[in-house]
Amino acid sequence: MTRQSTPFSRFWNEFRENKIALVALSVVVLLALLALFASFVSPQNPYDLANLSLMDSRRAPGFVGTGGYTHWLGTDPQGRDLLSAIFYGLRISIQIGLAAGFVSLSFGAALGILAAYSGGRVENLIMRLVDLQLSFPAILLALVIVALLGQGKVQLISALVAAQYAYFARTAYGAAKAERGKDYIEAAVATPLGSRLVILKHLLPNCTPPLIVVATVQIANSISLEATLSFLGLGLPVTEPSLGMLISNGFPYMMSGRYWISVYPGVALIILIVAINIVGDQVRDQFNPRLRK
Amino acid sequence: MTETVLSVKNLATHFFTRAGLVKAVDNVSFDLAKGEIMGLVGESGSGKTVTGFSLLGLVDEPGRIVSGSITFKDRELTSLSNAELRRWRGREISMIFQDPIATLNPVLTIGKQMRLAIAAHERMSARAAEDRSADLLSKVGIPSARARLDAYPHEFSGGMRQRVAIAIALLHRPSVIIADEPTTALDVSIQAQILQQMRVLAAETGTSMIWISHDLAVVSSLATKLAVMYAGRIVEQGPTATLLRNPRHPYTAGLMNSLPAMTKPGTPLKQIPGTTPSLLSLPPGCPFAPRCQRATAQCQHEPELTIHGDRGWRCFDPVGHMDEVSS
Amino acid sequence: MLGFIIQRFLQAIGVMAVMSLIVFCGVYAIGNPIDIVIPPEATQDLRAEVIRRLGLDRPLYEQYFIFLVNLLKGDLGRSFVYNIPVLELIGGRLPATLELVLISVVSASIIGVSLGIYAGYRPESWTAKTIMAASVLGFSVPSFWVGLILILTFAVNLGWLPAGGRGATIDIWGVAWSFPTLDGLSHIILPAINLALFKLAMMIRLARAGTREIMLTDTIKFARAAGLSEITILRQHLLKLISIPIITVFGLELGSTLAFAVVTETIFSWPGVGKLIIDSIAVLDRPVMVAYLILVAFLFVTINFVIDLIFALIDPRVRRGAAS
Repeated sequence: MTRQSTPFSRFWNEFRENKIALVALSVVVLLALLALFASFVSPQNPYDLANLSLMDSRRAPGFVGTGGYTHWLGTDPQGRDLLSAIFYGLRISIQIGLAAGFVSLSFGAALGILAAYSGGRVENLIMRLVDLQLSFPAILLALVIVALLGQGKVQLISALVAAQYAYFARTAYGAAKAERGKDYIEAAVATPLGSRLVILKHLLPNCTPPLIVVATVQIANSISLEATLSFLGLGLPVTEPSLGMLISNGFPYMMSGRYWISVYPGVALIILIVAINIVGDQVRDQFNPRLRK
Repeated sequence: MTETVLSVKNLATHFFTRAGLVKAVDNVSFDLAKGEIMGLVGESGSGKTVTGFSLLGLVDEPGRIVSGSITFKDRELTSLSNAELRRWRGREISMIFQDPIATLNPVLTIGKQMRLAIAAHERMSARAAEDRSADLLSKVGIPSARARLDAYPHEFSGGMRQRVAIAIALLHRPSVIIADEPTTALDVSIQAQILQQMRVLAAETGTSMIWISHDLAVVSSLATKLAVMYAGRIVEQGPTATLLRNPRHPYTAGLMNSLPAMTKPGTPLKQIPGTTPSLLSLPPGCPFAPRCQRATAQCQHEPELTIHGDRGWRCFDPVGHMDEVSS
Repeated sequence: MLGFIIQRFLQAIGVMAVMSLIVFCGVYAIGNPIDIVIPPEATQDLRAEVIRRLGLDRPLYEQYFIFLVNLLKGDLGRSFVYNIPVLELIGGRLPATLELVLISVVSASIIGVSLGIYAGYRPESWTAKTIMAASVLGFSVPSFWVGLILILTFAVNLGWLPAGGRGATIDIWGVAWSFPTLDGLSHIILPAINLALFKLAMMIRLARAGTREIMLTDTIKFARAAGLSEITILRQHLLKLISIPIITVFGLELGSTLAFAVVTETIFSWPGVGKLIIDSIAVLDRPVMVAYLILVAFLFVTINFVIDLIFALIDPRVRRGAAS
C-alpha cells in the first residue's frame, strides 16, 4: 500500500531527521508565539507609563515590585519589567525582520527574474547595479539611508530592504537564467501565451527553493542588522523599543554590575537569530542538489 | 607462458551509503601478464572504474575493499597500509584519468607537476628531473619538450594534455598502467593518435596495461585480452579476437550487435532492451536476467564461472557455439 | 594581462564617478545642500549670503562640477562640530581604525583559513564538527553583542583588560600606532577579537568548503595515484588552488570589516573613523557624513582594484592568456 507523499511532506520528513534543526524550529515557533501574544503573556505592559514606577528601576532579577509580581529578569532604568520588555521587543524584532525580508524578497526576486527574462542591456544594467550593491556592506548602506532619511519604522525597513534586496535579486537571477536558457521556455515565449504567464508558471517556481533558503538567512540578518542599528541609536525611535535598544539602554550600567539590563535581552536576541540560522542551514542543505548522494 | 604481473582474485569493493549497500565490484578475478594489454569494458556504473581504483587502494569513502586479493609481483596489496601502498603508486602501478583538464593542476607548470611526481619516489637534482621530464614529453610526442616544461596546462590542447598525463604516468617506468577512459574526452582523430602511441609505448617498454572503457570498438583495437563487466561482475573474459568473433555471454553479444559497424546500412540499430540496473536494487541471481532474451527460471540463481581454456563466462545458457570458442 | 588591468582600472574610475554622483544627488538633490555648509541654527541673512556666495542658486549640473573640483582638490568642507577641515579630521582618526582593522583581518584570516582547511580535510572528526558549530555562532551572533560579552567577562568580571579606549602610541613613519606598546596591546586585544570574529567564521566556512571540494577533484586523485604524500598534496596542490577564492573573499571582506568597525569602535570607545561617523550622524554633522561616504567608496574601489591586480598576478590563466 503506497501513501501519497507531497513534496512538502517529503521535505518535512527529512527535516525531522535532524534533531538539532527540529529543536531550533520549535524555539523559533515558541519565540514567535510569545511575541505574538506578548500582551497576554507579559506580567506588565512595559510601555504604558501608568504601570511604571521609578521605585522599581534597576532592580535585580527576582525582585518583587510595586505591582506585586516578581520581576523574573529584573527591571530597566525606567522601572520596566525586563521579561515583558523582552516579549514586546521580540515582537518588534520579528515584525521588522519579516517585513524587511518579505519586501526584499518581492522586490529582489522581481528584479532578478526581470533581468533574466529580458536579457540584453536591461539584464546587464540591472545585474551590474546588483553586483555593485552586493559588494557594499549592508551596515554601511543602512547607515547611509538612515542618515539621509532620518529615523522611523518605514525608514528603517527601507534601509534594511536596500541593504538586502541584492541577495534575492542575484539568487532569483541565477535560478531564472538557468531556466530561461532551456528550450521549452524559448518555445513558450514564441507562443501568444504572453510573457507574464511564462514567468509565473515556469520561471518563478524554479526560483522558489533557493529564494526560500536566502529568505531564512536574510530574515535572521535583518533582525541582527536592526538590532545593531538600534543599539547604535540609529534604529527605531524610542517609542518602539526593539531588543537592540534595550541592550543599548543597559550598556552604561554594565560597568556597575547591573548586567541583566543588557544581557537578558541580548540572550533572547541571540537565541532567536541562532535558531533561525540553524533552521535556515538545514533548509539549505536539503535544497542543495550537490549534497544529495 | 609470460609471467603474471598482476593477479586479482575474488575482489569485492562495497560502498556503505546512506541509501544502502552498493556492491560496486563483486567477485572480480583476472590475471595480467607482462606486456599484456587488457581491456575492461562496461557501461557506466558497471564497476570498471572502481576496480581500477581498488587496485591502487584509492577507493573513496564510503567505499572500501571488503574481500579478495590483489597480488602484484608476489606482494599482497590488500594487506598494505596506505603509506606502504603509496610507494607502489606512480612507481610500479600508474593511473591515467579521463579528463586531463581536471587531472592537471591549472596553477602549476607542467614541469613542476612532473617534478613533484618524480620527487614522490626518487631523489634527484632539479637538472636531472628536468632532463627526465623533457625526455618523456618528447617520447609521448610533444614537440619542443624542454621549453614546454614552463607552460601551464591551459596552454596545451586536449590531446596534448592527455599526453602530458601519460608522460607523468611513465616517469618511473611502471610495470602496470591503468588507463581509465583516457580517450573518451578527446576528438576521434586524436583518439587514434593516442591509441597508436600507447601501443608503441607498451611494446617498447613491456608495460602491462588495463584499458578501462565503455567503447568496445576503441578497446578492441588495442587490447589483447578483454573482460566485460556488468553490474559489478565480470560476465565474460577472453582473448580479444576469439571473444569478439564468438561471444558467449548474451550481454557481450548484445554489445557487439549494437555497434554501428556491425549493422547493415539501412537497417535499424539493434539495442539491448531495458536500462542498466541500479546497484542498490539488484534482482537475485544473474544481474543481466531482466534484460536477457534467453532468461529462464534458473537465472534467478547466481551463475557460476564456466572456464574453457583461456576464456570464461557466467551464464547458464550462453550464446554461440562451444566448438568455435577457442581458435 | 595588461588589457585586464587597464579594463579594471577604467571600471574603478567609472564606479568612483558613479559614487560621487550618487552622493551628490543624495545630499544636494534630496537633502538640503545648505545644511552641509551651515549649521541649522544660522540666521536667514547668513543663509542667503552663503547661498549666493557658494553658488548654491546655480543650476544643478554646475554645482556638481564645483563639487567634483573641490573633491579632487581634497576640499571636503569643514566639520560643524570640530570646525576643522573634514579631511584633516578624518585623517587624524584613520590610523586608529586602520590599525584595528588590519590586526583583526590578518589574524582572522590566518587562523580562519588554517582551521577551515583542517575542518575540510577531516570533516568527520570531532574537532572539525566543533569548529563548524562554533563558526555558525560566530556568523549569527551580532557583533555588538559579542563586544558586550567580551567587556563583561574580561573587563568587568575578570578585570584583565581595559574596557575601552586606545592605549599608548608610538610614532612610526610619522603616524601614531598603538599596538607596539604593551599598554596599546592590552587595549587593542578585545576590540580586535570582536571585529575578527565574523571574518574568522566566514574564513573557516570558506576554507572548509573549498578544501572539501578540492580534495574530491581528479587533480588530487591523480596526485595520489602518482604517489605524492599527503603533505605534499596539501602544500603544493590544495594551498595553491584554494588561495584564489580566498584572496578574492579576503578583499571583499576587508571592506566589510571596515564597515563593522563602526560598531566595534562605538562599543569600545575606539577613537577611529567609525566612531566619528556615528557621532556625526547623531549630531547631523553633514560635511563629515559626506566625506565619510566618499572615503569609504574610494577605499572600496581601491581594494577591489588591488584584489583584481593580485588575482591577475597569481592565476596563470589570466596572466598568460588562453591556449594556442
